[in-house]
Amino acid sequence: MIQPLTTTGSGYELMPKEGAIETQTLEVSMGPHHPSTHGVFRMDVVLDGEEVTRLKPVFGYLHRNHEQLAEQMNWLGSIPFTDRLDYFCSMSNNWAYCHAVEQLAGIKVAERAEYIRVIMAELTRLINHSCLAGFLLSDAGAWGTPLLYAFREREKILDLFEAASGARMMCNYMRFGGVRADVDDDWLAAARKVVGNYPAFLDELEALITGNEILLARTQHIGILPRELAINASITGPMLRASGVDYDIRKVDRYGIYDRFDFRVPLGEVGDVYDRYYVRMLEMRESVKILQQALCDIPEGPFDAGVKMRNFKVPAGDGYGRIEAPKGELGFYLVSEGGTRPYRYHVRAPSFINLTILENMCLGHKVADAMVILGSVDIVLGEVDR
Amino acid sequence: MFGHGLLQGLIVTARNFIRSYFDPERLTTVQYPEERVKLPENSRSFPFLVYDGAPDNLRCVACKICEQECPPQCIYIEVERDPKTGKPVRRPRVFDIDYSVCMQCQICAEVCPFDAIKMDQVYELAGTNRFGGMLHNKSALLKSNEYYHQIHPTEADEVDAHLSQSRKKMPGATALSTGPKPPNV
Amino acid sequence: MESLEEIKDRIEAAMAGVRLAIEGKSLVVGRQHLLDVVRFLKDDTGLAMDYCSNLCAVDWLPRTIKTRECDRDVQRDVPGHLEVVYDFYSMAKKHGPLQLRCRTEGREGTPSLPSITPLFRGAEFQEREAFDLYGIRFEGHPDLRRILMWDGFKSFPMRKDYRPPDDYEYEPTPHDEVLEKAKQHWPAPASAPVTPSKPA
Repeated sequence: MIQPLTTTGSGYELMPKEGAIETQTLEVSMGPHHPSTHGVFRMDVVLDGEEVTRLKPVFGYLHRNHEQLAEQMNWLGSIPFTDRLDYFCSMSNNWAYCHAVEQLAGIKVAERAEYIRVIMAELTRLINHSCLAGFLLSDAGAWGTPLLYAFREREKILDLFEAASGARMMCNYMRFGGVRADVDDDWLAAARKVVGNYPAFLDELEALITGNEILLARTQHIGILPRELAINASITGPMLRASGVDYDIRKVDRYGIYDRFDFRVPLGEVGDVYDRYYVRMLEMRESVKILQQALCDIPEGPFDAGVKMRNFKVPAGDGYGRIEAPKGELGFYLVSEGGTRPYRYHVRAPSFINLTILENMCLGHKVADAMVILGSVDIVLGEVDR
Repeated sequence: MFGHGLLQGLIVTARNFIRSYFDPERLTTVQYPEERVKLPENSRSFPFLVYDGAPDNLRCVACKICEQECPPQCIYIEVERDPKTGKPVRRPRVFDIDYSVCMQCQICAEVCPFDAIKMDQVYELAGTNRFGGMLHNKSALLKSNEYYHQIHPTEADEVDAHLSQSRKKMPGATALSTGPKPPNV
Repeated sequence: MESLEEIKDRIEAAMAGVRLAIEGKSLVVGRQHLLDVVRFLKDDTGLAMDYCSNLCAVDWLPRTIKTRECDRDVQRDVPGHLEVVYDFYSMAKKHGPLQLRCRTEGREGTPSLPSITPLFRGAEFQEREAFDLYGIRFEGHPDLRRILMWDGFKSFPMRKDYRPPDDYEYEPTPHDEVLEKAKQHWPAPASAPVTPSKPA
């Protein structure tokens, strides 16, 4: 006769004791065709029940050998290809490359162009972080509602990009010494309107997501990244700051004209998924502050340094230039032999390096948490694979 | 109260849903293809060749700068030769752009010294064949200056002002034989 | 941060038998001392280089360098080698960069260098990428295998003498030498001709 379940038991008294069942680990390839892996990315996980015991990221499905292409192209011709690295934030990629070349060649950037670059980069940061909030919640199962709210604002900013540079995503806007075309007063007025509406949108997004109990249960104390491991694993960007390390390249290197703007760097305490998400929300508010200051202070003047684009030669030497892209530290290591083409062109991609400790963060958690942790790392496969 | 955050979220979505019937800001989609969003003036898609007046009067002199500078190398140009003397004439005999290779980066329009190749705004291009189905030859690429004024009015006005200025400096010259003096690119 | 000469003197004073060179803005380390130098830079309280930002491999073919020394033109033959460039920053002290270079002996096969992954976890994927694309074997790396190319791939794509196979890609509108190569491997598709169009 089957004994009745006691109220204190879990029901497992009916099952045979431990050791009588043979268990086996299950190897799953959370394969390249997956709606939540942010691109063609594969994770080979070894599962014990639902718990992850091993995780190996496998990528290279989008490897286009961008570095070798750039060795065969002249300096200007690589700029459209840098758009396609982190295809979500093309303005930042353009700036990182132009910054590295300007450092190597000793070109001074026009004043108005510096302001335009900061405006474009901070707008890019806004779209990246709001869409990350959306994508993270899609991975967690919110079926696209926060994502499409973020995309509504993204559309407004992409319209601004289209009016300034001609294309929504693959902007190809920055040039050595400045930008490709000027922005007129109508554009600045439209940008001010978008930035003025942004805090209200952020409040709405926070009301929608931040207090949500399901999100809190799924993201708090999941995927904790300790401080020392983050520094040792060369993690950069909001992921590093969520673990409590105060390192923002805009404040450390003070490239461009970032030393003229007053903004804070938000830091996290615990280093879990929720901290990474919330640090990005706070960073968006700081970006709005920078944008308001830049749109107010932008001076008149030329928008480029008059550098001739055809047969543009960079003096021989090598150098490493880096900026704070929305995903982390985007750096370009360039070696020039004095000609019209780079000898060596290397992209230090933040998404690629931030994946180093994916395994460490996911061990011991459930499979569903592995997706959420991957979502919080914020990768874009164009950058991971180049 | 447990569930307070969830409730707040649901209030936000409900507000958005109801307001989308009244507030145009909340309804962000259009019924494509019956309605179309108006593109900003600077919007670009693929390159095209500009002619003044008649298709024979094209501005391109086959200098091949756009072919060299094009990053994915999608342009193919052959210079026309005078049938009697065999010397090169400043016109392209063949001007092919493969739209399936083109990155729409606009570098060809930037480096052209003769304002001959500009960016179009059409995006509703579908080809039936992946290999060569999107290869546009010279006649398919030629569009008039009036069309250029329609799609990019400010830019076309500037180009016209610049071209008429440089043509004034060379009396008697036509666009066909010598063309305007190339600016410092 | 101290100047490169000061750092070099301190390292040479702290570790016997280590000799560094300064080239441009970087310190050149021999492969036998690389781990010791990197450990020194990391543990030193003044420098505290705890963040390895960039690890990049460069391929140098054998070349002849012509310089002018003592009013004479001197030619030096530099043998081909692979080089790894390290960029270190300090998150504790917020200074940097400090660039190190380490060269291999020759570039035939897969020359080896010590791996700094035991000291800097962030070097793991970057060293795998250098192995995959350039063929530098890092000794001491926990999991050295191809990362971007597929596992069965032969040879190393980013090297300067890499020859891509003739038929790796179908070019829809080839011309010049790509057209010649295409004619050898691919028959022209029936609907569209491979040769460029007739003049309009």
